[in-house]
Amino acid sequence: MTAPEAARDVAAFQSRDEVRWCPGCGDFSILKQFQRVLAELPAPRENHVVVSGIGCSSRLPYYVETYGVHGIHGRAPALATGVKSARPELTVWVVTGDGDGLSIGLNHLLHTLRRNVDLKILLFNNHVYGLTKGQHSPTSPVGQASRTLGAGVEDRPLDVAALALAGGAGFFARAWDRDTEGLRNVLRRAAAHRGTALVEVFQNCPVFNDGAFDEAGFTALAAGEPVALDGGVLGFDALLTPQVVAPGSPRAYVHDETAQSLHLALAGLHAPEWPVPLGVLRAVERPVFGAAREVKRRRSVAELLG
Amino acid sequence: MSAAFEPAHVVRFAGDSGDGIQLSGKRFAERLAAEGNELATAPDFPAEIRAPAGSLAGVSAFQVQFAGRDVLTAGDHADVLVAMNPAALVTNLASLRRGGLLILNGAAFTARNLKHAGLADDPRADGSLDGLRVVDVDLDELTLAALADSGLRRREALRCRNYTALGLVCWLYGQPLDAVSCGTERTGAALRAANALALRAGRDLAETLELPHLDARERPAEPGPGRLVTGNEALALGLMAAAERAGLDLYYSGYPITPASDLLQFLAAREAFGVRTLQAEDEIGAACAALGASFAGALAVTGTSGPGMDLKSETLGLAVSLELPLVVVDVQRAGPSTGIPTRAEQSDLDLALHGRHGEAPLPVIAARGPAHCFEAAYAAARLAVEHMTPVILLSDAAIANGSQRWQPPALEALAPIAPGYAQAGDTFAPYERDQRGVRAWATPGTPGLEHRIGGLEKRDGDGEICYDPANHQRMTDLRAAKVAGAVSEGLAPDDFGAEQGCLLVVSWGGTFGAVRSAVAQLAAHGHTLAHTHLHQLHPLPPGLATRARHFKRVLVAELNQGQLLRALRAALLIDAAGLNKVSGQPFTVDEVRSRLAGELEALRDCA
Repeated sequence: MTAPEAARDVAAFQSRDEVRWCPGCGDFSILKQFQRVLAELPAPRENHVVVSGIGCSSRLPYYVETYGVHGIHGRAPALATGVKSARPELTVWVVTGDGDGLSIGLNHLLHTLRRNVDLKILLFNNHVYGLTKGQHSPTSPVGQASRTLGAGVEDRPLDVAALALAGGAGFFARAWDRDTEGLRNVLRRAAAHRGTALVEVFQNCPVFNDGAFDEAGFTALAAGEPVALDGGVLGFDALLTPQVVAPGSPRAYVHDETAQSLHLALAGLHAPEWPVPLGVLRAVERPVFGAAREVKRRRSVAELLG
Repeated sequence: MSAAFEPAHVVRFAGDSGDGIQLSGKRFAERLAAEGNELATAPDFPAEIRAPAGSLAGVSAFQVQFAGRDVLTAGDHADVLVAMNPAALVTNLASLRRGGLLILNGAAFTARNLKHAGLADDPRADGSLDGLRVVDVDLDELTLAALADSGLRRREALRCRNYTALGLVCWLYGQPLDAVSCGTERTGAALRAANALALRAGRDLAETLELPHLDARERPAEPGPGRLVTGNEALALGLMAAAERAGLDLYYSGYPITPASDLLQFLAAREAFGVRTLQAEDEIGAACAALGASFAGALAVTGTSGPGMDLKSETLGLAVSLELPLVVVDVQRAGPSTGIPTRAEQSDLDLALHGRHGEAPLPVIAARGPAHCFEAAYAAARLAVEHMTPVILLSDAAIANGSQRWQPPALEALAPIAPGYAQAGDTFAPYERDQRGVRAWATPGTPGLEHRIGGLEKRDGDGEICYDPANHQRMTDLRAAKVAGAVSEGLAPDDFGAEQGCLLVVSWGGTFGAVRSAVAQLAAHGHTLAHTHLHQLHPLPPGLATRARHFKRVLVAELNQGQLLRALRAALLIDAAGLNKVSGQPFTVDEVRSRLAGELEALRDCA
């Protein structure tokens, strides 16, 4: 098969490896949508690189028939930065989780966002450490049981959206493993974005945190549209406190992916008080790391040795 | 080494960190190198940016030994010491040989400065300087007078007094003033002119005082070949040369750390040569970015010092498991922990050899001096690429900041470097090996070679995740065998002296000069001893065991508490002993020779 043919065939992106996730794991769905979107993208298969850390999430590269690196815990953004800055023409994906990306790896993630490296970061958030069998993660809600906390989680969980936005993310989006169409849309948008694209995917861990997102409730973000809530739509008061308002109210929020000053307020919608908005929260263009200059050898080291 | 006796000269400049000691030392060394002298320099400065003026903690010194023939060290003792203030005198007096020439800036010997230096009395008057030839001059007044019409304010003018002192030294060593650089483009014309005036004032004073000419050689008409290079600069150039010869892009990522920051800075200014650099957010990020760049097909390098090597352990282990080329430079400094950042030591050898969990072998190379850093870096890159392995290159603070005269080789004369790229076939097996046990390099962007590699144990051949016990044993053995074969011919040991006899001295890294000088001096007096200096610490050179067996006693000299010693005792099964020092100061030729003489004395019946 010639490269363009292969790029249109989803099967071309499926590796031979037997997938080892638990039955019912949300990762199966994410993998499938990812492979479907890869097949749609214009980049030839050999130009994709998938870099992961450690965790159930991070086994994903083995199941995708592209170049891939299964790295060390928390360091995927750093490895990926090396791949991308050495070879800017490649499309580089990072696959991580709430433990890998937000605990040990938080530092690298923040600096990647700050630099705006052109990486597509997929963070599978299941609110638990699955591979190591059930410890809490930085996103576990207060009260969640953990094998390392007798009384359960007491610390406030990390606000991923707020952290990403404050860290300088030019693109932040959320998806859910059961909303397959929404997930595909978000992956397409992330792929098209120039700069760091951080996608938080709520993912069910059937063994250690089953049903974590069943009660949560989600709502959808669409550019130019209000945000639907029970009994109305989302509005903000003068202090940017979220509230339910009647559709058509002058205080009704109409989603704008570029209205950065409101995005932190939007990020304030947390379960269980609010349904969590899925979709693209922010998409703004910022200077991309390394894009200002092309590094090309114009002189030989022989000049310096002469 | 030349048999003809020709004296070497040792000059030491010392003053406040703010006095421009390093700068004037460097200018002097540049001039000496340009003239064709062999030389070695040793800068000695504190880690702090600027300690309080006149304090003992703030003293910065620069020493250079030079001669027309081989110069292996910066000198045990100075013939001339320039001390710009009492604190500099206190901390450096011991380095001046008896009968040596001491130049003092009298203006700095105020009551306040004497107090800062912890002196109750003025050493110029209390007999401390007996036995020395003392030249006590007011360099401040001299400099101000020379720059009276320069337009510089008093404080700026005084900052030129390092050049005044340099002018004095130029007279002592017959160096023409117009051959000494007064600055670069960046210095600016006004300051360059002021420096030139200060230089002349110093020289004129020396003439007026009828100071001796200490170097009676005729000055050559033409400039000599070669130029001054520091270890860090030579190392960076070696990496650049390797990348170009290999047809690869050089990718260097690092994090600022004394004394390795220069590597990142030098390479960051060389984008025009196709060099990509990254100042990462931390040491681990730097190592990971380099490893990612290696996966992408670059000649990837990360550099640091001891504390950073600690942090990079896990990443190095991943590199060993992935089997990707990576050069990791450790510019060693006195440890443990934060230690003494600007002083040299050789105490990271254990870390380099063993500092990863699991069985994670990799080649370890050590540079032996500033100029040697070029070939050591080139060899490290070549080994990494041709054997698909991370390689650790050890340097140290004295090598990194010290300088020598260097004649760069022609690029075409360097050994070719041939990456073993994979060929697209039916299915790519990332861990299939050639007869040397090396796997092929398949880089992203190449159609048909898509594959995944990771840190989990993988199956020999196809590289799939594999927990099979026999496979794990096999892969462990294969990785070890591959590294055992990663020997660089260009890094064979440097052997000197007898083929057999009483005493063999083994050394590595920056101690080369002091050890070779001591051994050579004793050999010239008729003793049967020998010296083997190692450049590759892992794998150890094949002939070493045989060589060691030809000597009654083996002594391992190193600036640590016996790290190579323990490795050799285990590997060669010999009862070797150690010559050790962990003071942050280099070996002096004297102390090595003393110890060797003592050993030879004890071995008298060995003849």
